[in-house]
Amino acid sequence: MKIHKYDTVIVGAGGAGMRAAIESTKRSRTAVLTKLYPTRSHTGAAQGGMAAALANVEEDNWEWHTFDTVKGGDYLVDQDAAEILAKEAIDAVLDLEKMGLPFNRTPNGTIDQRRFGGHSRNHGEAPVRRSCYAADRTGHMILQTLYQNCVKEGVEFFNEFYVLDQLITEEDGVKKSAGVVAYELATGEIHIFQAKAVIYASGGTGKFFKVTSNAHTLTGDGQAAVYRRGLPLEDMEFFQFHPTGIWRMGILLTEGARGEGGILRNKDGERFMEKYAPVMKDLASRDVVSRSIYTEIREGRGCGPEGDHVYLDLTHLPPEQLDAKLPDITEFARTYLGIEPYTDPIPIQPTAHYAMGGIPTNVEGEVLSDNTTVVPGLYAAGEVACVSVHGANRLGTNSLLDINVFGRRAGIAAAEYAHTVGFVELPENPAEFVVSQIERLRTSTGNERVGTLRRELQETMDANVMVFRTEQTIKTAVEKIAELRERYKNVSIQDKGRRFNTDLLEAIELGNLLDLAEVMAVSALARKESRGGHYREDYPNRDDVNFMRHTMAYREVGDDGAESIRLDYKPVVQTRYQPMERKY
Amino acid sequence: MATPVLDKVEAEAAASDHLITVTFRVRRFNPEVSADAVWEDFQLEIDPKERVLDGLHKIKWDVDGTLTFRRSCAHGICGSDAMRINGKNRLACKTLIKDINPEKPITVEPIKGLTVLKDLVVDMEPFFQAYRDVMPFLITKETNEPTRERLQSAEDRERFDDTTKCILCAACTSSCPVFWNDGQYFGPAAIVNAHRFIFDSRDEAAEQRLEILNDRDGVWRCRTTFNCTDACPRGIEVTKAIQEVKRALITRRF
Repeated sequence: MKIHKYDTVIVGAGGAGMRAAIESTKRSRTAVLTKLYPTRSHTGAAQGGMAAALANVEEDNWEWHTFDTVKGGDYLVDQDAAEILAKEAIDAVLDLEKMGLPFNRTPNGTIDQRRFGGHSRNHGEAPVRRSCYAADRTGHMILQTLYQNCVKEGVEFFNEFYVLDQLITEEDGVKKSAGVVAYELATGEIHIFQAKAVIYASGGTGKFFKVTSNAHTLTGDGQAAVYRRGLPLEDMEFFQFHPTGIWRMGILLTEGARGEGGILRNKDGERFMEKYAPVMKDLASRDVVSRSIYTEIREGRGCGPEGDHVYLDLTHLPPEQLDAKLPDITEFARTYLGIEPYTDPIPIQPTAHYAMGGIPTNVEGEVLSDNTTVVPGLYAAGEVACVSVHGANRLGTNSLLDINVFGRRAGIAAAEYAHTVGFVELPENPAEFVVSQIERLRTSTGNERVGTLRRELQETMDANVMVFRTEQTIKTAVEKIAELRERYKNVSIQDKGRRFNTDLLEAIELGNLLDLAEVMAVSALARKESRGGHYREDYPNRDDVNFMRHTMAYREVGDDGAESIRLDYKPVVQTRYQPMERKY
Repeated sequence: MATPVLDKVEAEAAASDHLITVTFRVRRFNPEVSADAVWEDFQLEIDPKERVLDGLHKIKWDVDGTLTFRRSCAHGICGSDAMRINGKNRLACKTLIKDINPEKPITVEPIKGLTVLKDLVVDMEPFFQAYRDVMPFLITKETNEPTRERLQSAEDRERFDDTTKCILCAACTSSCPVFWNDGQYFGPAAIVNAHRFIFDSRDEAAEQRLEILNDRDGVWRCRTTFNCTDACPRGIEVTKAIQEVKRALITRRF
């Protein structure tokens, strides 16, 4: 076991982690721990763009952007945070340009912008061109640009280090972050990173669904680590289903395709979004479009022999436009479906895409241990966190924005905090939990397989807590997850070695997914209303009287060792916007 | 709208019970067990429209959990799963079974020229070191940063578009015979990333980067075999980019 000491430790090297690292490395001795290599992070899969009211191509301003974000999140957004997001968006984009990001350009040489779902002129009048983009690989360019600047700044990376535990020490009655415990994939060695400040930037949890745009590695490791240590998770019932995933595979096809003029059609060729969103049509918010697609499918207007998908039609767009603006997604259609998007519409279905909920933070990225109390030394940013700027449904292009704005803020805040304090003492036997977890899995002779349990988990999540939910389906999921958690105790692995033991890590990741799936389902069961990405067929309306509040889920352990989830609620921060009926 | 071609695609896909039997012949190496690498065969029932990566997962999840490989996004964006499939460098997640003749055993082995650490996992550090050595970041000399974005014409932006697509998967570098024989050679990926900045109108350090690549282990080692261009899963014209860097070294125009 090795012990390292750093001022700031960042967990995760996607957009949020590297944006934080660029700031914190300038200000404090920083280590970045990633279970991949930085450029493998899933920020690179984001396509369509990053929102900012630059007004380069038409009139726009940050207040309109704030309103769209609040409305898009179905009024569960903390409005003070949304205002920061929209205001700082402009500098966030300009900073990336100065770091070298090759944005597409207007004829004047300024950054070009395009339309995106839910982004509108003057509070919903018409779509506005707000998304700054680099073809349909904006996330790739952000990830590359941030990595390039990390190389420039000499950021210290620990690649293929899995963070498996959060260390917390109580000092003077206050719980403080003391560091993290990491597992080195190459050697199997355990490392303690003692740090004055820890920033989680480890991304989402999408792999508990089957049809998902998420990478295999998005297993909610950061959320699970802090949750296990008694810290709450906020709004976990809110998960975004992106309308256009490749049929059956879930691979993302950017909303930018509709921003460029693409149209959704049912089996009759009808542009069905006109019925559901007369103004924004195909560019309504993602929750609205995903529900509309499934409504078409349920009512028998789906495409294909089984009527289980609809079409994304790009055939009316000039091939030159597709080549210039959407080269990657058209290539995906050719590679994975064997169809030519110039001439054929693309079969699509909604795909599990983004966790709106996560580790609760304030606008400085400081993690909360309840509705108001900050955990000294602990920070989170990006998809792992819940600020909450996305509320019940995130707008497209606001996540690439989120990671840059709040990654930067967390990086600065953490490094500056680290200057003001000494190291918090490590708990006695800091590696205890991780060592026992690994030993248990390595020596288990149980008869359950990781692959089987994960498949069953994904199937129950897809069937029961996806776009449409009812009390009955959610209860089915809760029961199934409880069964799987029980069976997980009998999981065994075949690889008993130390070197690159991905068999072991997949087992640990499955444990994280099971914990988080349970939190999601239990939170969803209690929210007896429909709001944003959480749609209850048995409660189809939004209920502002009882539910305009954030869910806070805590892990409780009884005297007998039995685990349970305690739900509490936190008020939404409202500044300028009163809840209104949400129409697109 | 829906053409006969598409109907056929969907009808084929709907017949999801259309599984075939294939043999995966995988190069195994685990120094904790043995100093020698061996070939191991696995028989799989698989839909031919699935990816080679899906086949590897079937082995790992249902048959042999010790099989070790890197992967993440599973759709050709993250660059984790470059490997030699039927003797050619490809991404396992971008290669469909039906496209590589499933009648014969499908061979899967690690990319060449980098030390194998376990099964399909190689040491990527020399690869990333070469990347870092070309100063892969925008360098400007201006003392006053502009308030707004720098201006760049669409044509100037287009000049280096191709090389911005690189995902650092190492498929090109590890397909290069020069790199196999001389690990000191920067390799195509590093040169691609140097190209991305040399031809960016905003950058002001092209001369420095060209001098780095003028080294004996730099661009002149390239023998234009085009292996790199063939291997690139992003369709980058790698050899062309290397030639452009060579030309810029001679003409000092970029």
